[in-house]
Amino acid sequence: MKFLDYAPAPESQALLNLKSDYGHFINGDFTAGRGTPFQTINPATEQPIAMIATANEADVDAAVSAARHAYDGVWSRLSGSDRGKYLFRIARLVQERARELAVAETLDNGKPIKETRDVDIPLVAAWFFYYAGWADKLDHAGVGPNPASLGVAAQVIPWNFPLMMLAWKIAPALAAGNTVVLKPAETTSLTALLFAEILQQADLPAGVVNIITGDGSTGQALVNHPGVNKVAFTGSTSVGRSIARSVAGTGKVLSLELGGKGANIVFDDAPIDQAVEGIVRGIFFNQGQVCCAGSRLIVQESIHDDVIDRLKRRMQTLRLGDPLDKNTDIGAINSAEQLARIRELSDLGQREGAERWSADCVIPENGFWFAPTIFTNVSTSHRIARDEIFGPVLSVLTFRTPAEAIAKANNTPYGLSAGIWSDKGSRILAVADRLRAGVIWANTFNQFDPSSPFGGYKESGYGREGGRHGLAAYLKPAVRSGSRSIAAADPVTTPVTKKSASAKKAAK
Amino acid sequence: MNRLAIPKTYKLYIGGTFPRSESGRVYEVLSHKGDFLANAAQGSRKDARDAVVAARSALGGWAGATAYNRGQVLYRIAELLEGRRAQFIDEIMSCEGVNAAVASGQVDEAIDRWVWYAGWADKYLQVAGNANPVSGPFFNLSVPEPAGVVAIIAPQGNESLLGLVSAIAPALVAGNTVVVVANENAPLSAISLGEVLATSDVPGGVVNILTGSPAEIAPWLASHADVNALDLVGAGDLDWVELQISAADTLKRVLPPESGADAAAPALSRILAFTELKTVWHTKAVL
Repeated sequence: MKFLDYAPAPESQALLNLKSDYGHFINGDFTAGRGTPFQTINPATEQPIAMIATANEADVDAAVSAARHAYDGVWSRLSGSDRGKYLFRIARLVQERARELAVAETLDNGKPIKETRDVDIPLVAAWFFYYAGWADKLDHAGVGPNPASLGVAAQVIPWNFPLMMLAWKIAPALAAGNTVVLKPAETTSLTALLFAEILQQADLPAGVVNIITGDGSTGQALVNHPGVNKVAFTGSTSVGRSIARSVAGTGKVLSLELGGKGANIVFDDAPIDQAVEGIVRGIFFNQGQVCCAGSRLIVQESIHDDVIDRLKRRMQTLRLGDPLDKNTDIGAINSAEQLARIRELSDLGQREGAERWSADCVIPENGFWFAPTIFTNVSTSHRIARDEIFGPVLSVLTFRTPAEAIAKANNTPYGLSAGIWSDKGSRILAVADRLRAGVIWANTFNQFDPSSPFGGYKESGYGREGGRHGLAAYLKPAVRSGSRSIAAADPVTTPVTKKSASAKKAAK
Repeated sequence: MNRLAIPKTYKLYIGGTFPRSESGRVYEVLSHKGDFLANAAQGSRKDARDAVVAARSALGGWAGATAYNRGQVLYRIAELLEGRRAQFIDEIMSCEGVNAAVASGQVDEAIDRWVWYAGWADKYLQVAGNANPVSGPFFNLSVPEPAGVVAIIAPQGNESLLGLVSAIAPALVAGNTVVVVANENAPLSAISLGEVLATSDVPGGVVNILTGSPAEIAPWLASHADVNALDLVGAGDLDWVELQISAADTLKRVLPPESGADAAAPALSRILAFTELKTVWHTKAVL
């Protein structure tokens, strides 16, 4: 060991008490799945963790029925303050079991323990605590007096922030008075199932939250189930698009939180060392597997060389390795499939003529790993400047004038996030005004808070999560009382087909 | 001897000008009794695309105008409409077959609707935005912004002018620009409204009005990649599910068809349906 080397400091797994097999959590109990179970593995070692059930259509149906039954019989009749009390209980239980959840999340996802311990799990507790307080104050949610819940919410979440995404979905849904069927991502079901145990400890009425596991086909069966009133999805834009198609005409309320290609703009008057920290946080946090990652660095030409030199120096200090080690900065990529995609796009970037540079890291023998990488000399037409890579890969572009920076930042069908680094307040405000993105961080990046709405413009999806607006996504205005000035008219709910439309026309 | 009247040529309204359909097509607009009233332009796919280009070009100026300015411009429409009440009452009576009292009631309501929405221009943001108490040294603010270009299928029912105004006014409040397909059977008041817009302070391209068949034009707007949102309020008789599916290709914001007397009733939610919420985190200095 040399000076400034770190001794291993692994977090203990002793407090985990995992089962070897997990079923679905339906109507308050764990039940075996009817599909073919699959193994969930530790992406840092490729070692198996547990067997996870697959929900087939019958399981999906059982879960939706349980949610409907709980909605009609219990949850929609409960007072707002009682719903809130359950959510407060859940928030406290998450805090009590925070370390256990953090270790399980790191084990199953591959992200560093310092992130699960300091970001993911604290935000889970904060999310439940925040929305707990909303449950008896829905009149102030912004949808008019006495808003109504929607019914049964089908929620499908991704693998990059497994338990945090669960909290973003379940907390506002329950606060608003809906019941839930949630499907975690195939590779990261573990913490959702531990969360089901927390719901049992909280004595949440059976069926209010149901958790079913499986792959994309389970998710598809869930969002297409006719018993569902609300669909909330976080994931890729291509899957979001197909959900928007399949939900069309059904009357289901849809919110989508999809991909991004966030621009991180650094002006020449920015505090450079802080900007470099922000660039690192923007693209290497969670191995860059973040929909709102700052994956395009748009740096003013005059400071390009300085910023890149300092960034490379900083990247050399990033520690890649055992995610359970408390000193690890960069953990494992979540799956072999994702690693293959990152490799493919990075190789393409090189072939298209961009200059590739990676930090020197020792890559562990087993598991899925990708060294932090930057591409310079990237042009706007390169695939690595347009496609979401969802990995620790940064594409660097340059600009001369603010107008050029804004044009480059907005030159994408996505519109989720952006960053601005400058010491000049008036410039930050003017640039933030012109960026077409739902979340903008000025002199910071990748900050999240339950009170702050999150969600995208354009093809990054619609609807917001977090804050008052995230609550409104699970509510509808009260039934109209004859006043023309408050609510919109009833939508036409019967889908019209080409045939019936032309028949109607002929009859006129 | 009676003076021989001069009938008006009804054309499209695109980019602040009144072109004929590039397709050269027209269709007969008939009175409720079946008498010939006019040859209206039958808008085509190309007209729809031209309208989207005009709307996109006008977006920066309209969205960038101050809220106070947008409010005044929308109010100015009401002023000019008031001065041309007689013309609109005539057109509505002949197209819709209603008596003068009913027609005048509709025009009054349409004028008042502009006034109501004009007043929202510098207020909706205060009602729908938010300062957020995040846990950290940040000033965090959420504000609604216009979604961009909004394509609208105007209500196809009885009240042609009121339906049109009720559909386009809320989209304009936040700074969106609009391409609207007018009431197919009663398009005269829509084109006359275009004349009002052209002589008010609404910049060219902010509102673009197409006449013709919604069934023919709507699919091109629903699938157009430069359209950000789609209001299907008047598309109830079309294959609107197919339109919504096609809008999903570019993840447009879509409002479903509405039916009944309250279709497109004035509501803050109609304004907000065509906005995006932007949240900005400003870092506070350590003092």
